Amino acid sequence: MSISLPKPEYLAPGHAACQGCGATLIVRQVLMALEPDEAAVIVTATGCLEVVTTIYPRTSWRLPFVHLAFENAAAAASGIETALKVLKRKGLLKEKKKMHVIAIAGDGGTFDIGLQALSGALERGHKFVYICYDNEAYMNTGIQRSGATPYRAWTTTTPVGKKIPGKPQFKKNLAGIAAAHEIPYVATASPGYHVDLIRKVRRALNAPGPALLHIICPCPTGWRHDPSKTVEIARLAVQTRFFPLYEILYGRKYIITMPVPKPLPIIDYLKLQGRYAHLLRPEMKGEVEKLEKAVNDFYKWLERMAEATKDIPLPSWYHV
Amino acid sequence: MSKLLGWRKIPIGTIILEAGSTFEVRTGDWRTFKPVIDHNKCTRCGLCYYYCPDGSITLEVKDGKIVKVDIDYYHCKGCAICEGICPVKAITMVEEVK
Ligand SMILES: Cc1ncc(C[n+]2csc(CCOP(=O)(O)OP(=O)(O)O)c2C)c(N)n1
Ligand code: SF4
Ligand code: SF4
Ligand code: SF4
Ligand SMILES: [Mg+2]
Repeated sequence: MSISLPKPEYLAPGHAACQGCGATLIVRQVLMALEPDEAAVIVTATGCLEVVTTIYPRTSWRLPFVHLAFENAAAAASGIETALKVLKRKGLLKEKKKMHVIAIAGDGGTFDIGLQALSGALERGHKFVYICYDNEAYMNTGIQRSGATPYRAWTTTTPVGKKIPGKPQFKKNLAGIAAAHEIPYVATASPGYHVDLIRKVRRALNAPGPALLHIICPCPTGWRHDPSKTVEIARLAVQTRFFPLYEILYGRKYIITMPVPKPLPIIDYLKLQGRYAHLLRPEMKGEVEKLEKAVNDFYKWLERMAEATKDIPLPSWYHV
Repeated sequence: MSKLLGWRKIPIGTIILEAGSTFEVRTGDWRTFKPVIDHNKCTRCGLCYYYCPDGSITLEVKDGKIVKVDIDYYHCKGCAICEGICPVKAITMVEEVK
């Protein structure tokens, strides 16, 4: 893979995302994976990204863009992918560039309300790329908890009280859910590591069927962190094993793309974010240890999966 | 896009025909600190360009090589991510006073 500069700026500036927004940062990096002879139709679910980039009568998008509803990004992408295929077959597609379909949705639009549409699209095998930018809550409507909100994080619907210090449940395993559909490509990524992220989008675009990327998305407003810390936090998520970077091919082969043999203490990640401020209190030590154990257990399980499946050969489209 | 359309003229389905039209919105107004590049220190590695959420770092490229890196102050929101990302500390945030 070569990134030839300068890249077209497919997401125009002037959008209304907060200072230091992880979502627009992710989108810029994602779209850098498109080659000059390619373009994409972008479909978004409702959420911050859609709202801040399409305040009527303006748009930030320099690619064809569709927004329908909160729950149906994957269903809309399925229809567009099919329509493009039919137009091409009938010789009615004027566009000379190779057209991809990229659906982008938040964690609410993916883990919760859009999960059914997503599962259907993955099962039907549409050739499209689904990107979930995971800021771990419903940010656009005021920081409500979602199935992606981590253990003990503060949100407006998981307040920190005397009895319950933040969200009592752990995060869903989205990559695992997608991989259970045995689609060609599933990966996690972080905007703190742009080369790894762009390479994974490239693989997702090359894959012969559905591909899903689950991308951790620091959000200064909802995570209560300084806007300048977005990239640092996106890196610490990986370095503490809170958000390991890996790939799953055809639901079978596991690859850790950024091994973390010596993780940093999870507190290094938590302490930069106001939503975890209560975890810095001495009486919360047990809760931090519980979270740290959970992320390390998951990482060790990933290592075992990668080791156990290392003999499965890589498909040709994987090499970018 | 200089004038808002009346309701009779709004395209059906709220289609927006002008791509990238937020470009005219001056988000540079949001800033209190602005990033300033020391061009003597800058190695033109391009790293800051990949990490700006607002596409406000512009590269001048000649024969595949970056020859100049600049900030688009019309759009830059002053988040200071670029200051933190620069490996040679060529970017400093400076308070803007009028
Ligand atoms: C069916 C439906 N229910 C609720 C809403 C209100 N709503 C708009 S955006 C949003 C939150 C989106 O959260 P997420 O998908 O995580 O994206 P984020 O805003 O965090 O980027 C909600 C609840 C809606 N638009 N449609
Ligand atoms: S609330 Fe978070 S995700 Fe939404 S625009 Fe602001 S920083 Fe971005
Ligand atoms: S301060 Fe933020 S918005 Fe401005 S150029 Fe740097 S990274 Fe971009
Ligand atoms: S990261 Fe620093 S050295 Fe690299 S191009 Fe930007 S300002 Fe120059
Ligand atoms: Mg969200």
